[in-house]
Amino acid sequence: MTLALILLLPFIGSICAALMPSNARNAEAWLAGAFTLASAALVILMYPQIKDEGVVRAGVAWIPQLGLDMQLRIDGFAWMFALLITGIGALVVVYARYYLAPADPVPRFFSFLLAFMGAMLGIVLSGNLIQMVVFWELTSFTSFMLIAYWYHRAEARRGAGMALTVTAAGGLCLLAAVLLIGEIVGSYDLDRVLEAGSLIRSHTWYPLILVLVLVGAFTKSAQFPFHFWLPHAMAAPTPVSAYLHSATMVKAGVFLLARLWPALAGTDLWFTLVCGAGLASLLIGAIAALFQRDIKAVLAYSTISHLGLITLLLGMNSPLALVAAVFHMMNHATFKASLFMAAGIVDHETGTRDLHRLRGLGRAMPVTATLAIVATAAMAGVPLLNGFLSKEMFFAETIFAGEEPWLRIGMPAIATLASVFSVAYSLRLGHRTFFGPPSQKLPRTPHDPNRWMLAPSALLVSACILVGILPARTIGPFLDAAARSLLGANVPEYSLAVWHGFTLPLVMSAMALAGGIVLYALLFRLRNGALAPAPLSRPLDGRRSFEVIMVALMRTADRLLNTFSTRRLQPQLALIVFAMVAIAGFTALENTTARDRVSLTPINGAFALLWAIGAACAIGAATQAKYHRLAALIMSGGAGLITCLTFAWFSAPDLALTQISVEVVTLVLMLLGLRWLPKRLEIDDPTRRTPRARVRRARDVVLAVVAGTGLASLAYAIMTRPRGEGIARFFMEHALPDSGGRNVVNVILVDFRGFDTMGEITVVGIVALAVYKILRRFRPAPESMPVPRAQLADAESGGRSDAESSLPRGFMLAPTVLARLLLPVAAVISIFFLVRGHNAPGGGFVGGLVMATAFIVQYMMSGTLWIESRMRIHPQYAIGLGLLSAGGAGCAAWLVSRNYLANITWHGHAPLIGEIHLSSTLVFDLGVYLLVVGATILILVALAHQSLRSHRQQVETSTTRVLAASPGASSSGPA
Amino acid sequence: MEVILTLGIGVLTASGVWLLLRPRTFQVIMGLSLLSYAVSLFIFCMGRLAIDVPPVITGDGRVDASQFADPVPQALVLTAIVIGFATTALFLVVILAARGMTGTDHVDGQERDS
Repeated sequence: MTLALILLLPFIGSICAALMPSNARNAEAWLAGAFTLASAALVILMYPQIKDEGVVRAGVAWIPQLGLDMQLRIDGFAWMFALLITGIGALVVVYARYYLAPADPVPRFFSFLLAFMGAMLGIVLSGNLIQMVVFWELTSFTSFMLIAYWYHRAEARRGAGMALTVTAAGGLCLLAAVLLIGEIVGSYDLDRVLEAGSLIRSHTWYPLILVLVLVGAFTKSAQFPFHFWLPHAMAAPTPVSAYLHSATMVKAGVFLLARLWPALAGTDLWFTLVCGAGLASLLIGAIAALFQRDIKAVLAYSTISHLGLITLLLGMNSPLALVAAVFHMMNHATFKASLFMAAGIVDHETGTRDLHRLRGLGRAMPVTATLAIVATAAMAGVPLLNGFLSKEMFFAETIFAGEEPWLRIGMPAIATLASVFSVAYSLRLGHRTFFGPPSQKLPRTPHDPNRWMLAPSALLVSACILVGILPARTIGPFLDAAARSLLGANVPEYSLAVWHGFTLPLVMSAMALAGGIVLYALLFRLRNGALAPAPLSRPLDGRRSFEVIMVALMRTADRLLNTFSTRRLQPQLALIVFAMVAIAGFTALENTTARDRVSLTPINGAFALLWAIGAACAIGAATQAKYHRLAALIMSGGAGLITCLTFAWFSAPDLALTQISVEVVTLVLMLLGLRWLPKRLEIDDPTRRTPRARVRRARDVVLAVVAGTGLASLAYAIMTRPRGEGIARFFMEHALPDSGGRNVVNVILVDFRGFDTMGEITVVGIVALAVYKILRRFRPAPESMPVPRAQLADAESGGRSDAESSLPRGFMLAPTVLARLLLPVAAVISIFFLVRGHNAPGGGFVGGLVMATAFIVQYMMSGTLWIESRMRIHPQYAIGLGLLSAGGAGCAAWLVSRNYLANITWHGHAPLIGEIHLSSTLVFDLGVYLLVVGATILILVALAHQSLRSHRQQVETSTTRVLAASPGASSSGPA
Repeated sequence: MEVILTLGIGVLTASGVWLLLRPRTFQVIMGLSLLSYAVSLFIFCMGRLAIDVPPVITGDGRVDASQFADPVPQALVLTAIVIGFATTALFLVVILAARGMTGTDHVDGQERDS
């Protein structure tokens, strides 16, 4: 429970932070601080339990069949990281409060910062590898959002994009590795994976897994050759750099390596790859850091170098080196975070981070200078500071790295060389910024900032000193717990002490310090400290290769798209039809089984005649659709009618009813639409007679005939075989006992498969709203703008401004009045269909369509103006009510502890009425009914209203201004 | 009867596919309409043809499923019909808007270059 809370608190805080007003700087900081501190306090409270039990677990099964569980797990190592994440997180929150300008939108910052914190905690606390990868990618994403916080700056966008591309790609590799590991071990559970180390290492997939894991870890930890994204990520606000790019996110990579160390380490391949990358990063980072102008760039390259050091230690296959690595992770986080904060303060107070412009800030900002210099010294590895201790352990390890002579000499030599550079850039950083004569060219007059801005840095620096002087008393027990959780019983003897006597590591430390001072002095003398650019920076600059690769990827994608795709619809449709025919035909020919003939139903002459008409209609529609749209529409309606009769003929009354009602509304819809589709004139088009066009048409004819023959033969093949034992029996037998309905089709729709229907009516509702929305901005074709002859005649004889005058006169008056009388009758019929639907043909769909048709008839006969001045029609309300009703009927089942959309029935006896049978399916069907009414009316009325608008635009008789062009908005009540 | 329905489905499908491949938007909408009739009938006939045995239970509920028309394809087709209306409406509005915006009723929004 505590574990889950530690993880959840930052996410809850993130949501709260996002909901706050954009200028609530203090409130945001308090909120973020409170959530972070609460989480940190919980982490600290966990310690006794971890000390006693070793590992604490909590989890819930999610998909146990796939080995996917939400599994939280904390041990000494994870605890250390969790404390680091929440502790430094809290400091960064305080710092950020003073760093961010009043104009910066703080909710976004704190929301993503907290989300990042949660994701990072998720990585370290995950007991399931898949879950860990999910959090891993989540940190990439939140990091992207944070780097791009000032997204108006191009370099922020570019840096964020690069960081995301690199780290997310690495995350995908990691996912692949984790899946492979899961295949080998048979579980994604971290404990089981760690136990199965020898199994993994001896597997043939081991090299592949290792490379994939390493790509994931190296991209995250900015290790060579993926280190280039980190300096570009410095476009982020400094609190983000301090938190993500020094203390936490970049540590995720080395965390993973240490976490999987028991499972993956111990092989020569591990040694070669991990040490190689670590060594390269250590050296490249240290050298490059010396030649940067921007303070943050120095720190970024220094981070690459220090992470390289940790990676190198992890690669050495020695338990002692692992302990040193874990120790240095902690130390680096403390001094680097405080250095980033100092860099931010300098930037904040002087307006620049340029080492060529900054001079002698020591006098103007003494506190900042002191803190920064101590942290720099820790980074350089000066004795009595924490950096010295882990660095000495590192030197000691390099001496025993390997047996071969080149390792025995080379490794310590390179380590010392890198440290020389490390001392030199640390010196340069501290010396350039804070010593010498004060610079006169600064954008702002510097002075020490608010003490709350200094406090986080001060706390971290004091931690550096405390650990540096009294390592065994301060960090000792925690480091021990962390080492024990990684190595189990194999924790080697190690001593955390400042003084070990005159040893080789001490000599190396001294050489590095002396060498660094000499190097800096030489360079300073040579070029007065103004150095640029770094040697070897061009050939080793990963950014260029990254960009080349990205451009190449884009080009290839474009080329492939141009080759294999088209924007033209016809080829696409032809391809789809062709593929369908080919696949269906192929499988049908494969599976020809001996036919077990059934007796066919005897041929009826009337039915044959019906289909003769139907086929004629279909072919007629196909030939006439280009120039004679109305004719095609009528013929297509004819085919629909025959379809409807076929349903009726073969025992499907519900289908017949639905089809006929849909036919009616579709026809009205099309007629309304035709008004806006300018007539195609039958002109002699020479392109129709080109050979290409002929070939195309011939191809289409062939395709059409083949598709028709195919579907027909498929239908025939099935119809002439006996009906198998399908699921029909279940529905037939359970309809009455389980759902209390006799009309099985309706029972399936509203009960057995109610969820499908729910989805379907939602789609219909969405489509109706989409249609409405499209028509709001509808620009009709110019050719269709003139008012049609019939309407024009109306308009001339009195205009359309008066609703009464739009009523038909003369011989059309009688049908108009009759249609008005029809409305209540239709309403009764539609409700009759709805209510009886469960037991007899009918139901919500049919009822709704009948009701909608009745409304449409009113519109058609009396005119939009007349109707809407008398009735308030809000189809959108009907849609909403329908969805609520259907969804509510589904939820009602929860009241009696049954599943969503389960049927609840109630039988009772009421006086006068007699037996009453109530069922939640009726409420559901009512929802369907309301939605169908609403959606149909909304669609048709929205289309019908277009002619009003066009009328207004054309005639422009000023008085028509009051009419709105949309339904609902125009209902002004009875005139 | 099966033969007649088979021919009907074939003609509807062929006409529908032919129209589907035409360049004018109204032809495509008509094609989809015919094709949806064909597909509805096709799915419907998966339950085999039966006359005068609608899947409406009479009596006390003890039923022999083989004595009724198959309700499953009917339920599938019923929802398909209503969805078909909705998509037709959406498509119609889209082609109207496209006609207004592009000035042509070609499916690609521009006349073929050739």
